[in-house]
Amino acid sequence: MTRRILSLGLIGTLVLGAPAIAKPPPVSTPKPAKTVDPHEGDRRIIHALNRLTFGPRPGDFTMVASMGLERYIDAQLHPETIPMPPELDHKLKGYEALTLSSGELWLKTAPPETRKGQQPDPEAQRRSREQMHQTFEQTVEARLLEDLESPRQLEAVMVDFWFNHFNLYFDKGPVQLWLGSFEEQAIRPYALGRFRDLLGAVARHPAMLFYLDNFQNAAGGINENYARELMELHTLGVDGGYSQADVTSLAHVLTGWGFRRPGAYQPDGFSYFFNFRRHDFADKTLLGKQIPGAGEGEVELALDMLARHPSTAHHLAYKLAQYFVADDPPEGLVKRLAKRYLDTDGDIREVLTTLFRSGEFWSGQAYRAKFKTPNQYLLSVLRAAGVHEVPRDYVERNLTELGQPLYGCLTPDGYKNTQEAWLSPDAMMRRVSLAVTIGRGRLPMAGAMGPAPVDPGALATTLGHVLSPDLDHAVSAAPEDLRAALILGSPDFMRR
Amino acid sequence: MNRRDFLRRSAAMTALGMLPLGLGGWVWGGGGPGHARTKRLIVVFLRGAVDGLSVVAPYTDPLYFAARPRIALPKPGTDGGLIDLDGRFGLHPALERLVPLWKSGSLAFVHACGSPDPTRSHFDAQDYMESGLPGRKGTVDGWMNRLLSVLPAPHGPTQAVSFGPTIPRILEGHMAVSNMALERNAAKLIPVDRPRIGRAFDALYSGRDALSVAYQQGQEARQTLLDDLDQVNEERQMADHGAPSPVGFGKDTDQLARMLALDPSIKLAFLALGGWDTHINQGAQLANHLRPLAEGLTGLVQGLGDAFADTTILVMSEFGRTFRENGDAGTDHGHGNVMWVLGGNVQGGKVYGTWPGLGDDQLYQKRDLAVTTDFRTVVGSVLTGHLGLMTPQLARVLPGMPPADSSLAGLIRPTKTS
Repeated sequence: MTRRILSLGLIGTLVLGAPAIAKPPPVSTPKPAKTVDPHEGDRRIIHALNRLTFGPRPGDFTMVASMGLERYIDAQLHPETIPMPPELDHKLKGYEALTLSSGELWLKTAPPETRKGQQPDPEAQRRSREQMHQTFEQTVEARLLEDLESPRQLEAVMVDFWFNHFNLYFDKGPVQLWLGSFEEQAIRPYALGRFRDLLGAVARHPAMLFYLDNFQNAAGGINENYARELMELHTLGVDGGYSQADVTSLAHVLTGWGFRRPGAYQPDGFSYFFNFRRHDFADKTLLGKQIPGAGEGEVELALDMLARHPSTAHHLAYKLAQYFVADDPPEGLVKRLAKRYLDTDGDIREVLTTLFRSGEFWSGQAYRAKFKTPNQYLLSVLRAAGVHEVPRDYVERNLTELGQPLYGCLTPDGYKNTQEAWLSPDAMMRRVSLAVTIGRGRLPMAGAMGPAPVDPGALATTLGHVLSPDLDHAVSAAPEDLRAALILGSPDFMRR
Repeated sequence: MNRRDFLRRSAAMTALGMLPLGLGGWVWGGGGPGHARTKRLIVVFLRGAVDGLSVVAPYTDPLYFAARPRIALPKPGTDGGLIDLDGRFGLHPALERLVPLWKSGSLAFVHACGSPDPTRSHFDAQDYMESGLPGRKGTVDGWMNRLLSVLPAPHGPTQAVSFGPTIPRILEGHMAVSNMALERNAAKLIPVDRPRIGRAFDALYSGRDALSVAYQQGQEARQTLLDDLDQVNEERQMADHGAPSPVGFGKDTDQLARMLALDPSIKLAFLALGGWDTHINQGAQLANHLRPLAEGLTGLVQGLGDAFADTTILVMSEFGRTFRENGDAGTDHGHGNVMWVLGGNVQGGKVYGTWPGLGDDQLYQKRDLAVTTDFRTVVGSVLTGHLGLMTPQLARVLPGMPPADSSLAGLIRPTKTS
């Protein structure tokens, strides 16, 4: 096994700066174990775990070392091949916030209707608000469970990536009711699939239709909000070569694209619905191409155009490279990823495969080059510490204090993932404090024994024994009870 | 100054070009007399949209009473009635504590003020008011952070302070800022504040790389603010002789005032206060929120003492509320609002702005008080008149701001140059 890891190290060294490798060598081919740095292979495993997962859990490093890095990455790219632990699966399927449709969730929680002039029943309204909040809490709990426990980590990471790409803010109207449904039904099934399918599923989900107001967009009452963000944020990118006329035109294409209004005689309220009565059937010109007035099909045509546009390929390639490689991603890599995207008709799995085989991904410059976002940092601390019970309140409070509450990004552009966005004096104080709380086993747990203090030796093993010399030195000089905290609060661990 | 690591703090400060000068007096090394003339801006944000038509009510217009049969405040001179301001507008009775400031000319209002953006969404409207770029989503920084970048150096991390658990949108950006969560009458301590833990991490973050610099600034800011707070509390215990401490918002403003009086390095401060979204039974709810706000503001002014002369306090809210009351004796999301301006060089005792009227055709979309003064022009007047910003600097803080119109003339008394 060791030989396998070291051979990967060698490959990585050889391809530095070289163009993308067409195919990695087959797993069975033994390679001579020649490398200057005996820890190179270990670092590569940690690098992969840092980028493809929310951080190594105890046992992950050994598992990857024994199955081989390439097999691990390949499995992560095909999450359906990784069995879910039955208990986790059972728990996740128990969350109605994830399993019910947007309409079903509304029917379950909506306050009873009041006739005109009739006072709403305050007790019923209170119950409704409470149920809505419970649904939101379920969504947060499920997301944490998935991110902390799921062996399909790359899928979880990509759900986070795409959620941010198609960001929703929880506190706009009933959006908080549908976040779980949005994530589970519109994003997760396509997180590693074809971008066009993802775009279509998102475009039909009432959470998006509500958040960006397209349900109000009608012939004679144009609302451009979704049309604009669809091009600026979801597909072409802000410099993607569209004009205000294109925004207006797309808004006209999108007229009538919404959901059924909820109501007493409307059992399928808040489910996707195209209302041709509200649609503008005039012919349109979008990005220089004709879209004949045809109703619902116009939207499909427009989404096809947008998904296949070279600007979209570049925009998505840049964002993926920034997320997985470096804040300022190498241009050559972005170009190759964009080309792969266009060559495969927007196959996300293929683009990621190219990315994970690229020299840029494995280069020394990329190693620990990304400053973790608050969410990534907190999850990685919990994972490395081997915490299993989900302390939802603690997580929510800390993410809020660190400026990245779950589902709490106000603007449709989603949270950034760059060091510039997250590194601040206050952030450092809070991160270090969080490392101390968890490292010393002081997580506040309601009515239960919290997790024990983290053993520094075991933590070093979890992290592949590749701490930087400065940190090694500081840890051995520190009091025993602070050693794990120091590792978790170190510059090494703040980066991925 | 006996607390925590005096040596550590003073070493950190000297390293950043500052010298300690005895108890509580810190001046910028080589920066001239900082203490006496620190110009300050404090922003109090009322999140949830306060009903400006109840804060400063147009009681001489019969339409006001017609539109709000259950929630209009009684005319001045009646039981529980408004306090007359200028024969035309009346102040909410729960704000009685502010009357002396009005009479002494330190409190002004700008009515029918607000954002040019039509949104009635709390989050969009707050976002725009904090980014200072209405209608432009995705603006990365807040206007108070951009303001820091144009204020004179040196830029220490305690230069802008927010009291609350998080850094608010208005202070987000490139410039280092700090925040401090308060609980009871002290700072909420976090593990890194403990010297033993701080020392262990100091060793890890002693370099000049970005993470280390941020860490060191964070430590410096916390130590400074915690020391300030310690000192404030010691002094108060001696002064109060066991009198009850203020609670709620009053507690925050009290701490803030004392810290500002003590620490000239703090130039900008931010506080937010919620509970203004009065859709149902507005009357008592609003009064119960306005009263502590008035107490907090007067406490702040008193606590600042002489420093109030060099301070401006802006009280703002994302939008106003509907002109007509709704079916639940409340009001819904509206548009124009009133902005409050307090300060030593405010020419107060006057309601500024252009009153648009309350007739159907004068209302915004026939339902809300119209906006005749862009909130940015009020902020801009303070930034130029009070903080001395020049036009290019102002353009960096509030790009695209329209020119202030004559209705704001005289709001800020020109600073005498001596």
